Amino acid sequence: MITLTYVYWLAGAAFAAYSLLGLRNKRPGNAAFWGLLALSMFAGDRLGDFGNGLLVLGLVGIAGFGGLKRAEGDEVAITVKQERAKRHGNGLFAIALIIPAVALIGTLLFKRVPEWIDPKQVTLISLALGVLLALAVGYVRLRPAPMLPIQQGSRLIDSVGWAAILPQMLASLGAVFALAGVGDVVGGLAGQAIPQGSLIGAVLAYGLGMALFTMVMGNAFAAFPVMVAAIGMPLLIKQYGGDPAIVCAIGMLAGFCGTLMTPMAANFNLVPAALLELKDKNGVIKAQIGTALPLLAVNIALIYLLAFR
Amino acid sequence: MWTLAGIAVIVAGFMLRFNPLLVIVVSALVTGLVAGLDLHAIIAAFGKAFNDSRYVSVVWIVLPVIGLLEAFGLQERARGLIAGLKGATVGRLLTGYLLIRQATAALGLTSVAGHPQTVRPLVAPMAEAAAQQQKGTLSEDESETVKAYAAATDNVGLFFGEDIFLAIGSILLMKGLLEQYGIILDPFELSVWAIPTAIAALLIHGFRLWRLDRRLAGK
Repeated sequence: MITLTYVYWLAGAAFAAYSLLGLRNKRPGNAAFWGLLALSMFAGDRLGDFGNGLLVLGLVGIAGFGGLKRAEGDEVAITVKQERAKRHGNGLFAIALIIPAVALIGTLLFKRVPEWIDPKQVTLISLALGVLLALAVGYVRLRPAPMLPIQQGSRLIDSVGWAAILPQMLASLGAVFALAGVGDVVGGLAGQAIPQGSLIGAVLAYGLGMALFTMVMGNAFAAFPVMVAAIGMPLLIKQYGGDPAIVCAIGMLAGFCGTLMTPMAANFNLVPAALLELKDKNGVIKAQIGTALPLLAVNIALIYLLAFR
Repeated sequence: MWTLAGIAVIVAGFMLRFNPLLVIVVSALVTGLVAGLDLHAIIAAFGKAFNDSRYVSVVWIVLPVIGLLEAFGLQERARGLIAGLKGATVGRLLTGYLLIRQATAALGLTSVAGHPQTVRPLVAPMAEAAAQQQKGTLSEDESETVKAYAAATDNVGLFFGEDIFLAIGSILLMKGLLEQYGIILDPFELSVWAIPTAIAALLIHGFRLWRLDRRLAGK
């Protein structure tokens, strides 16, 4: 059966290639960083928990003290790209769209063959298949130098730098927070902050608490069970008789407004800033605040108006 | 109360602009120590969680394809396509993308688009090209703003579309959590309540994109 393990091997191979290029380009920090990540992808299940922990400390040690150098130099000249763009025209889009198309078709089809493909991981497996297919078509149609995709991939990953593992690191921090019971303490505090007998106060505390705690954790999924246990269930649903579907569904979306406003949601906010090579790392967040705040107010109003009819 | 020391470390560390990876590790250490774990246990807990969430970093396998296509002029072609359209503006382009992203996410197709797959190679260069048509040349700040709005539009579309789909993670999380309290709901009863917010998100973000057009045209 095809499982996520194969996808990890593919990712490991890509990171190993970036590591070797780092060695060749005399950037030992980059070589070590991507090499450790390749090791994690290939052999993470055999390193043991403590071994994986040491691997993380290695990654942080390299990145935290400036060991990663940015990419430079080998970008293709703009005139060459313009000439090639004219020559290949919209065929370039066709290749680019192979990845989402395969991800889409695979997600829909592979669920029907659970004996061949792990049904819980169809999306990532389809994404990996899409990448391989797009690469194959790219080689045939564009006839690049054999090493070009890996060289360009290496340049892009070096421009993203340590931000590439930030989402994974934050997910891991969430696990440590859960182990230490951070959620229960925050929930208790939020529960205490509400004036007795005020429905609108309880709705405000629930919506704002969801957004704020999501901003701290970087993830509405971590904030949601805590706020429901602290305010949503005992007050809004049990005491005031709110509709549980509305309280939960719109409460989660209030959390999503928090996701738009926090650097802790690195994969949505910091990684794109790195990918687009923005000078201001918080540029994406700044563009989102003007949408997130009014939308948060709308969500709180919707809970108040719809859930207690 | 001391359990929250790790959160204080995160907030202070991000504000003082230390390297976020360092801040995260220090926060995990502080949180674990306060909770009474020893150093070995904290490192092991973090290592286990890191290994369990490797799937988060798999998305970087798209970079060789994106890099290959960019070397062959994908961004230039995307710009050229927009430059050939009369009446293309950043606002109209991104509002269209917002609608598509919301609609596909509402059908559960969340990974059809995304920052590495679509925003960097296609949407951001198209948005820049449209802004150049509106204004002639862009200052560096304006070009940054337009690119940031391209990424922001992807996020808004994804977040406020995906919950309309029945089988998305957050809907299943809600259903599971409510079951623990003895409330049994159909996923459909939850996902239908994502629709009002989805409409509000389209209106609010669409309005801001229209204002972005006005700002670009006014200068």
